Amino acid sequence: MTGRLVRRLLASLLVVWAVATATFFLVSLAPGDLATKLTDPRIAPAARERLRQHYGLDRPLAKRYLAWLSGVVLGDFGDSFLYRRPVREVLAQALPNTLLLATVGLCLELILGVVLGLVQVRRPHGFWDRALSAFSLTAYALPTFLVAAGLIWLFAYRWPLFPPSHMTGLLAPADPWTTIKDRLWHLALPAITVGLTGCGAVARYLRGALLDEQAQTYILGALARGASRSRVVLVHALPNAALPLITLLGLSLPFLVSGALVIEVLFSWPGMGQVFYSAVTARDIPLIQAVTILVTAAVVVGNWLADVAYALADPRIRR
Amino acid sequence: MRSALPRRLRFGLALLAAGFVAAVAGPVFLPDPNAILDPRGAGLLPPLARVFVVQLADGTLLAGEAVHRSGDKLMLWRAGTWQELRLAEVQGVTRRLFVAGTDGLGRDVAARLVAAGRISLAIGFLALALAVLLGTVVGLLAGLGPGPLDRALMAVVDAALAIPLLFVLLAVSAFLGQQTTTVVLLLGFSSWMGVARLVRGLTLQVRQQPWFLAAKGLGLPPWRLAVVHVLPHLATPLLQDATLRLGDLILLEASLSFLGFGVPPPVPSWGSMAAEGFEVWRLAWWLPILPGMAVALVVLAFALVAEGLGELARGEA
Repeated sequence: MTGRLVRRLLASLLVVWAVATATFFLVSLAPGDLATKLTDPRIAPAARERLRQHYGLDRPLAKRYLAWLSGVVLGDFGDSFLYRRPVREVLAQALPNTLLLATVGLCLELILGVVLGLVQVRRPHGFWDRALSAFSLTAYALPTFLVAAGLIWLFAYRWPLFPPSHMTGLLAPADPWTTIKDRLWHLALPAITVGLTGCGAVARYLRGALLDEQAQTYILGALARGASRSRVVLVHALPNAALPLITLLGLSLPFLVSGALVIEVLFSWPGMGQVFYSAVTARDIPLIQAVTILVTAAVVVGNWLADVAYALADPRIRR
Repeated sequence: MRSALPRRLRFGLALLAAGFVAAVAGPVFLPDPNAILDPRGAGLLPPLARVFVVQLADGTLLAGEAVHRSGDKLMLWRAGTWQELRLAEVQGVTRRLFVAGTDGLGRDVAARLVAAGRISLAIGFLALALAVLLGTVVGLLAGLGPGPLDRALMAVVDAALAIPLLFVLLAVSAFLGQQTTTVVLLLGFSSWMGVARLVRGLTLQVRQQPWFLAAKGLGLPPWRLAVVHVLPHLATPLLQDATLRLGDLILLEASLSFLGFGVPPPVPSWGSMAAEGFEVWRLAWWLPILPGMAVALVVLAFALVAEGLGELARGEA
């Protein structure tokens, strides 16, 4: 088991390297570098050349690749063209914000999905099952931007309970308690958007898995021994049915990160998605490369952690 | 009479049929989606608005909410004032209905929604075809091929699954430039891994069947085994998977063009229409909402059909 996990981890590192290399060459080989992108005719050719030299664009490609790669390994992604600061600093600011939004959103998604699934299997094909099926299907089909816009309209304009955008209020908060409250208040709408758009998949999966489990003989056995229905569902069926949710979560990580892209842009949440969006719009090459690598690494590690968690949770795989 | 088809399947198919009819027949009844009709007179009209369109001798079109004749003048209530037009200059007056309203430039939103739908569906179908083709070939190779090939291909699939889609899509489309072909290729290449996994799993099941062993024992060439003896058994699950996948691709394309990295600008797309609409949502709620609803309905239809097909296959109908 340990050997398999170690091999998976090595393979994951290979993936990160491959994505890093691909982004480097894709970006480097695309026609037109930074200096030619400055279309202002008043810039003298000599100044253009100086810019090239400053960003190291005049050196041969192989040399640039090696220098860049060794920098990346050491955590140095170069300077952002857009923010005029080291990429590392820009990302160090954005990453915690994305992690906060993603973690809270994911928890909401899981809680909502599990509750929906549990309510649905109380009486399969009953009224609540049908109604919630329709709900989770709609939640899945609605595009993220529509859900976000709907929430902003309802809870920021119609009934102004939550702020429509940004992560902090205008005024500097007085004490840590107010800071936390302010942060949570701003977090509400984006996190609910993550939860709403994702809970459908969890609920739909869990409903099917719970129904499958309930057809098993050990459920009948538990009922025969006099266990109550809710105990059978919660204690006997749910852990077994929920096991593959770990993998589902691991696989939904890329979707969470990319889904957060639209959400962060719409809510002006200063996270990785927002940074990436502005980097792509401004063709800030070092920043684009760094975010792509970092997100890939996060996703790869997330998948690996899901594997580890699965192995820990399922005694049949642990060995 | 009770139909043998599950209710979800019927509902989904009905939705799809309605959408299909709109996409095919829409352009016949609706005006050119890019035609600008008098922004001052017909800009930002709400859904179901009717306006009078006056055609002048020099070809100009003027739109207003009311007309009446006084002597040799035609009075047109346009942008908050009565405008005088000489009758001699007027070639004709018609009344037009905007089912889905107009945008800020006075373009017909219904026509644009239909045109965008054609684009979105075409991109979805092409990307799906690419994904299914690639995924099926890789899945069959992995499922039927020797062990090392299987492991190598599955490692590639795992690696591809780990790549955060939208980020790579954005990075690539930022540098390759905005082209419809690029969008189709990117979406297709981002979606084949699931198909490959499904096909491989099903192929491994088929490999255990006695009739497959018999066919193999006859010494049939591998391609014949794959095409004649494996593929037909994958049809139903593959169809179900493809239907759901098509909805996902359309959602992804909408997100992509919502962020401004989809099909290039003059071509309307649901995502970009919604993005433009959000800039004026306080003036015109229908501009962001209707394209979003269109995406949701299409995705819902495909999801319903996929679920219905699943019920049908399991015999739950």
